[in-house]
Amino acid sequence: MSGTATLVLLETTTSNLRSASLPAISAARKLAQVNGGPVVGVVIGSGIAAAAQDAARYVDKVLCCDNAALAAALAETWAPVLVAAIKKIDAAALVASATSAGKDILPRTAGLMGAGMASEIVAVIGAKAFRRPTYAGNALTDVEVLTPVVVATVRQTEFPPAAPAASAGTVEALPPGPIDALGSEFVALHASKSARPDLTEAKVVVSGGRGLKDAQNFKVLEELTDLLGGALGASRAACDAGMVPNDLQVGQTGKVVAPELYFAVGISGAIQHLAGMKSSKVIVAINKDPEAPIFQVADYGLCATWESTVPPLIAQIKTVKAAG
Amino acid sequence: MKILVPCKRVPNPDLKLKVANGSVDLAGTTWQVNPFDEYAVEAALRLTEKGKGGERVGEVVVVSIGPKDTSAQLKQLLAMGANRAILIAGDDGALDADRVARILGTLVVAEKPDLVLMGKQAVDGDDNQVGQILAASLGWPQATFLASILLAADGKSATVTREVDAGVEERRVHLPAVMTVDLRIVGKKAVRNEALAPATAEWEDTQRLASLKGIMAAKKKELREITAESLGVAGGILVKTLRHEAPPARKAGVKVASVEELVAKLHNEAKVI
Ligand SMILES: Cc1cc2nc3c(=O)[nH]c(=O)nc-3n(C[C@H](O)[C@H](O)[C@H](O)COP(=O)(O)OP(=O)(O)OC[C@H]3O[C@@H](n4cnc5c(N)ncnc54)[C@H](O)[C@@H]3O)c2cc1C
Ligand SMILES: Nc1ncnc2c1ncn2[C@@H]1O[C@H](COP(=O)(O)O)[C@@H](O)[C@H]1O
Repeated sequence: MSGTATLVLLETTTSNLRSASLPAISAARKLAQVNGGPVVGVVIGSGIAAAAQDAARYVDKVLCCDNAALAAALAETWAPVLVAAIKKIDAAALVASATSAGKDILPRTAGLMGAGMASEIVAVIGAKAFRRPTYAGNALTDVEVLTPVVVATVRQTEFPPAAPAASAGTVEALPPGPIDALGSEFVALHASKSARPDLTEAKVVVSGGRGLKDAQNFKVLEELTDLLGGALGASRAACDAGMVPNDLQVGQTGKVVAPELYFAVGISGAIQHLAGMKSSKVIVAINKDPEAPIFQVADYGLCATWESTVPPLIAQIKTVKAAG
Repeated sequence: MKILVPCKRVPNPDLKLKVANGSVDLAGTTWQVNPFDEYAVEAALRLTEKGKGGERVGEVVVVSIGPKDTSAQLKQLLAMGANRAILIAGDDGALDADRVARILGTLVVAEKPDLVLMGKQAVDGDDNQVGQILAASLGWPQATFLASILLAADGKSATVTREVDAGVEERRVHLPAVMTVDLRIVGKKAVRNEALAPATAEWEDTQRLASLKGIMAAKKKELREITAESLGVAGGILVKTLRHEAPPARKAGVKVASVEELVAKLHNEAKVI
């Protein structure tokens, strides 16, 4: 049998908790209400003492596994640490945000433990029951995990970012045990640099699709994006055509976003794209084809070319902003 | 090089999904190979090729756990160029990611491939779990969400790139390993075996279709049907599906006639700018 603690994997830089983990803390708190035990964070990496202190502001306790050989987030080395953490605190559950690291490492941890896992949960129904989207978001599926320990990743857009707790938790060292990367080696991260907010956290997202035709034309969308302080997104077709980097892709296999305001410009609205933006609060579609499926989910649809609408849109918004 | 490619059949994602009375009604759907798995087969074929349309060295084995008529999808993959196929009888309702991974694990032990190459997720359940669980249960390294694979000439390691939130991550992995692929793995120069194909080798920018010749050749290829029991896999599922529900529909929006009207609505009605 397992205990009552809820363990949450917290991703960090060397000095800070990453904001991407805040929704997982919210989900862990929900789960802790039914489990009845504490929320325990686990941080893994190299030279992360400061980050562990930062993370402790949000949880009852932080387990800190700090080792030079754990600097890169390799599932081969991190999953056994998570297993050790689960055992140490006799956890009932392990959760993490569904980031690329969470999606890589948590299923391996579940596999090592023989624990059942629910992916990208959008709601906690009970200690072992969760709601999650399936079929590219065309169904919501309730699942029950049948094993003593429950593993889940959390869809970031569906849980609010957690605020710090009333009092900070303690930090405790977690010995890593034997570390074996099985020959896997991190070589480099080719990060696409952008001064804009993170796609998954931005209040406004402006996305362009194949209708933009080429990379040059994204300039006008960037202008709209920056005017609104938003993040730039894209459809798969636009990424595949090399108009923008791949990590801007919104959709079933790209990023899931749920901003206050989403612009889909020159995007047809394939279900795989809708899967990544349907939860946006207000959706605006600009498309020259009146039959484009994007209009079925758009709150405001403008049937016209982007060439004839985006430049005046920018001018008009500037006027409105200037008027306050 | 022997590559095992697990493939799932999924309902056509472009058809409207019928969700009623707590379940998904797939009676009227058509079935197809999970797109990511088709990409994995394409990548596996390239790893055994000297170049586009060139001679092939090595073996690509496709395997599916599914009902009997999954043989149609396996035949399609044989026609694309896979060497042989294995169909393990199984019903989606009695499977979860863990059980699929355990069944595949016993097959890996029996088949001893150098590499398991598979989709990163099945587009029906959207679990994104099987590859990672399989790697864990085999004690193998894993490389997930791959955009490219460069297999070293000695066949012992690969340099891969992965699509991660912050951009593109490069890793080196030792074989045998489990690799799961993302959409861009079918790019022109995304996959290459240094032992076979020159650096200049280029393929189509997408997965290949079955040629007529391929379809004829597939008729002579082995499609073995076995059961999970014959592999000695015990145990049941770890995650039970309770019910399905249609997501709340978005309320119908309006068409606006002009940019002025759009901005007025966004400002006064939606209050988002
Ligand atoms: C396994 C799988 C996963 C996928 N995952 C994703 C995903 O995560 N995200 C994603 O986006 N897609 C994904 N796709 C692809 C998806 O199916 C569509 O192919 C893709 O979203 C289409 O992109 P698009 O809307 O930009 O292009 P198109 O469908 O070609 O649409 C272009 C639109 O632009 C309009 N247009 C053209 N010119 C103009 C103009 N001058 N002004 C205004 N409008 C104009 C056209 O009317 C058209 O509606 C996936 C597909 C598969 C098979
Ligand atoms: N029934 C199955 N038969 C064969 N392979 C499967 C099956 N289910 C899942 N897989 C493989 O596991 C990958 C990930 O699936 P999933 O974890 O279910 O999203 C798929 O892309 C397939 O390669």
